[in-house]
Amino acid sequence: MSAEQLMMLTLLLPLLGGVGVVVTGRFPDLRETVTLITASATAVLVLMIASRFLNGEIFFFSLGEPVPGIAIAFEIEASGMIFALVAGLLWIVTSIYAIGYMRGHKEENLTRFFTAFAVAISCALGIAFSANLFTLFLFYELLTLSTYPLVAHSGTAEARRGGRIYLGLLLGTSIGLFLLAIIITWLVAGTLDFQEGGILAGKFDPAWAGLLYALFLFGIGKAALMPFHRWLPAAMVAPTPVSALLHAVAVVKAGVFTLFKVTSQIFGSAYILSNDVTGMLVWAAAATILLASLVAMTKDNLKARLAYSTVSQLSYIAMGAMLASKTALIGSAMHIAMHAFSKITLFFAAGAIFVVTHKKLVSELDGLGRAMPITFGAFLIGTLSIIGLPPFGGLWSKWYLASGAVETGQLLLLGVLMISTLLNIAYLLPIPIRAFYATPTSGAHYDEIKEAPKTILLAMIITSATCILLFFYPDPLYRLASMAAGGL
Amino acid sequence: MMQEHTSFLLVVLPLIFAPITAVLPRGRLPWLATLIVTLTCAVLAGMQLLAVIDGGVISYELGGWAPPWGIEYRIDALNAFMALIVAVIAVITLPYALLSVEKEIPEHQTPLFYSAFLLCLTGLLGITQTGDIFNLFVFLEISSLSSYALISTGRKRQAQTSAYQYLVMGTIGATFFLIGVGLIYSVTGTLNMMDLAARLPEVADQRTTHTGFAFIMIGFALKLAMFPLHLWLPNAYTYAPSVITVFLAATATKVAVYVMLRVLFTVFPADFVSATPTDELFILSGLAGILITSVYAAYQTNVKRLLAYSSVAQIGYMVLGIGLASTLSVTASIVHLFNHALMKGALFMAVGAIIYRIGGCHIDEIRGLGRHMPWTFGAIVIGGLSLIGVPGTAGFISKWYLVVAALEQQMWLVVAVILAGSLIAVVYVGKVLEALYFKSPADDMPAVKEAPLLLLVPTWALVLANVYFGLDTDFSVGMAGRAVEALGVSAK
Repeated sequence: MSAEQLMMLTLLLPLLGGVGVVVTGRFPDLRETVTLITASATAVLVLMIASRFLNGEIFFFSLGEPVPGIAIAFEIEASGMIFALVAGLLWIVTSIYAIGYMRGHKEENLTRFFTAFAVAISCALGIAFSANLFTLFLFYELLTLSTYPLVAHSGTAEARRGGRIYLGLLLGTSIGLFLLAIIITWLVAGTLDFQEGGILAGKFDPAWAGLLYALFLFGIGKAALMPFHRWLPAAMVAPTPVSALLHAVAVVKAGVFTLFKVTSQIFGSAYILSNDVTGMLVWAAAATILLASLVAMTKDNLKARLAYSTVSQLSYIAMGAMLASKTALIGSAMHIAMHAFSKITLFFAAGAIFVVTHKKLVSELDGLGRAMPITFGAFLIGTLSIIGLPPFGGLWSKWYLASGAVETGQLLLLGVLMISTLLNIAYLLPIPIRAFYATPTSGAHYDEIKEAPKTILLAMIITSATCILLFFYPDPLYRLASMAAGGL
Repeated sequence: MMQEHTSFLLVVLPLIFAPITAVLPRGRLPWLATLIVTLTCAVLAGMQLLAVIDGGVISYELGGWAPPWGIEYRIDALNAFMALIVAVIAVITLPYALLSVEKEIPEHQTPLFYSAFLLCLTGLLGITQTGDIFNLFVFLEISSLSSYALISTGRKRQAQTSAYQYLVMGTIGATFFLIGVGLIYSVTGTLNMMDLAARLPEVADQRTTHTGFAFIMIGFALKLAMFPLHLWLPNAYTYAPSVITVFLAATATKVAVYVMLRVLFTVFPADFVSATPTDELFILSGLAGILITSVYAAYQTNVKRLLAYSSVAQIGYMVLGIGLASTLSVTASIVHLFNHALMKGALFMAVGAIIYRIGGCHIDEIRGLGRHMPWTFGAIVIGGLSLIGVPGTAGFISKWYLVVAALEQQMWLVVAVILAGSLIAVVYVGKVLEALYFKSPADDMPAVKEAPLLLLVPTWALVLANVYFGLDTDFSVGMAGRAVEALGVSAK
């Protein structure tokens, strides 16, 4: 298969899978088989692309120009490859999980659920492969729209309210700020293509560049920078597989990935470093890291706590991008993948607990660990990886981010990272510890509680094993990340 | 032979067939006659467009009387494009009309209904073809009178009061226009547009000319439903039969925009217009219209009314583009004119399909209907996205051009309002979609089936056009560019 065909097929396959799900909607087993087959095929295709990409092959494809000079075009570049790998590989794991979860929890409207899920994956891949800001924006908006039915899935008043906040904030920031920033970029640079070294360098007064960067930073609402983070906790009304893949991986990573691309390929890291465009703005990310962690500590609802933890972790990536030194960019790109595997493990575990015990609150989990050892074991691994301890993958990205802060002389930011690590320990680690060692409250007995369905366990085991694997074998990821940061 | 009479035939064919249709027996025959006439018109309009697409001009002398004494039909890229939009929308509307009209109009009225429809088409096509400003008034009255009649055939009794309201406002508008034309005639002694353009510079500083200009502008602002002269429109669109709402929303206001463009850029000299506060007023009206009527739309509980208010807001975008008065902004206006015809056509058709099934479109009546009518629901989703201006749909393209045009002139407030308008559109479109899909249906709701194919196919033709023209803009933007060239908008 030629490079273009392979890339188009990868983009279209989830969509075709979505159609297949609709067609086979009346036969649940067949429908789920279609999802599994499509997801596995997508994973294989993404891996094929990755191996050929690492061998130096060039992937480019253009669909035409809606507006003269602005094409709908796709091109693969290293940071996009990381994002595509994360989204493509975790889809199959999440599908396995989702089948167990949605059936175990007796959810309805599963055809709609799996269709929207497939479309969302296609959009995420579209974002990853975009060759210019316009194409990226196109899929960025489609991703918001295709995930809305998933957020409002249960159709209750609460879910609809969450859906409204979700749609309102994401579309609001993207149309009000992001689109404006894109149009200004186009007027100034005359192009929207992603280019190594950026397209704005030398065409813009640094003070204005700072304002434009602020438009991007807050306009890319999916990166969940405070004060535009409220949609992410609101999205937690969705079923757990959605929170796990989309709101810990695909949607939010689409946000920080976009930010990464804007930094490195629209502004150009050299331009940012030489003019200090982001000098003040990096503190917005630093503030989000700390504030979101502090909010997370106050949340008793497990998914809400994880959501705020995600908000905080996303700003690690944003901060790394804004520091713009090579090491910081490597850390930033690696954290896209590392956080994905750790956080999805945590969400899987939260969902497993919910399916088996219908418990949503952290304070109810005491002593549950002995009844569900695998679930809480996975939770522990995810926690340790988020904190950044060896032997878990999360160590590497934090390592490079911290070195980046040192390298650019931002010792205060290094302090922020360290305090945040302590906060991570404070709000995440007690959960598995209390589950294993504390006595159940008010004399509850968990003798009758068994582990979650097998598909759920399988998914958790895969992702937590990957967290460990990435510690010992981070090399492919590191290579991609350093390519994304501007050459090996 | 045919070639040279094209522009005339476009007007005369529906005019001749209107009385014939009125005397045809009840049943489907009047519909068939109308369909054949509109199809022919669409083909003719297409041929006409091909003839002038390279910048040529067709001049047709009615009755062989040479202009400026006789009436001249003068076709350039802009007229031809407008005529094609009107005729094609009419063709797409008609298959849809068959079932919808059978359901909504008493059978004995159908021949008259189609006759009035043809008259309305005559008027609208006539406005686009003629190069004579008094003749334009005549066609304006033909289209207006027939549309009052068409609106009053709506099923609810309010249809008659809203037709009456429209009649009063429309007559005031037409009278103002006529007074303006009279005043201009008194100083120039001509009614031919090209002749006017040649003679008006001499009399540009006379008070009569200014007064006449003001009358013409206000008169057409009423027909155009330019904010704040839009009060007739929401009622008229809400209570008219579904087919008529589709047709008028997609064509009537668009033709009025065309007349505005013609008068502002062809008839009156550029320095005359720029010496008046016209541009500023247009920008002001556009901005206020976008914000205020969008908010109004968000508070509506009747879906048709909601879309009607949104139409006024969308007209605000076109008015804004005219007010900015640069090549790019006027191009944006014309592109939006075309795209808005597509999106509102699709949306009103989809809502019409809901009315066909359940007899109403109140936000509480349609709860949960999306599951029973998935295709109709899908049409509303895509049409709504286009209305918001999501990339990949036609609506995005026109807003993109408009924002770029505003940025070109450093009009930051305008940019902010355009984007804010999109955001409010998210609210009102979201409101409809949420009711259709996520609210649980009322307990006593009978089982509803998907709309018949004859309603769905035209709807989806427009829906797909929304996506197509969001991805490939060679035709829409290209035609708008040529039309602006034909208008001779001075570069700003």
